Amino acid sequence: MSEHKQHISTYKSQILVLLSLIVLTVLTVTITSVHLGAFNTAAAMLIASVKAAIVLLYFMHLKFDEKIYRFMVTLVLAIYAVVIIITFFDYLYR
Amino acid sequence: MEQNHTEHTDHFDPVASKLGMWLFIFTEILLFGGLFIVYSVYRFKHPVEFHLAHQELDVTIGLINTIILLVSSMTVAMSITALQLGNKKLTLILIAVTLLLAAVFLVNKYFEWGAKIHHDIYPGSEFLLSLSKGDMLFFGLYFFMTGLHAIHIIVGMALLGVTYVKVNNGTVNQNRVSLLENSGLYWHLVDLIWIFLFPLFYLIH
Repeated sequence: MSEHKQHISTYKSQILVLLSLIVLTVLTVTITSVHLGAFNTAAAMLIASVKAAIVLLYFMHLKFDEKIYRFMVTLVLAIYAVVIIITFFDYLYR
Repeated sequence: MEQNHTEHTDHFDPVASKLGMWLFIFTEILLFGGLFIVYSVYRFKHPVEFHLAHQELDVTIGLINTIILLVSSMTVAMSITALQLGNKKLTLILIAVTLLLAAVFLVNKYFEWGAKIHHDIYPGSEFLLSLSKGDMLFFGLYFFMTGLHAIHIIVGMALLGVTYVKVNNGTVNQNRVSLLENSGLYWHLVDLIWIFLFPLFYLIH
């Protein structure tokens, strides 16, 4: 059972992932320090989502593990997105 | 007959083990996800107060804590690689570094909260009660969500501490990395939550 092809991440790739996350963090701080109104929120949330995707795929190994995990995570996040959309429809058109 | 039962206690299934960890992580996403929706709705209803209250928070300390958590996420990911390659010593060092970084995060949090409480900003304080509803909601959510996150840091440290002992005595080894992988997943979840908490509370205008 434990003999199935196991993917081992390299130290180098993990350092690159960390660097990209730090660059994105600094980018968020820079973007939000400029006053751009509603665009600030959108940009910060977009970058946070990209960072979350990087953590999920590389650090949490979803990219290399069995597909079932990726499928489950996508499904849960999709359900969560639907809940957010329904909540805001409620508040916007109440 | 009894003999058969004892044999099964050593059953080892890494795929199912990780599946169970993910299911647990989904309940955590639900917990924090609900709080993020509460935050969004109140922000939507009190935009001005949320904007003013957010300026009370120190971006620098938030940024430092973000980077600490990101680095600790990398060290825990590296410790898994080290164990898979059979380097027990490096695994232990990397777990220890992760625990140290987690402790530094909590110390920063202590000073950050301490400064707020010193300025009479904490749930139920006289000063906060004199402010508008939006300010109260912002700080209430700030203390609740970062506090709940800090509890998760402590739980993650406990998990990694147990893993450290088990790697040290050989129960968790090159052929059985599941416990380290699952503790790592939990640690990344803590990082994942902070990735959203940081911009929402410290950055967004």
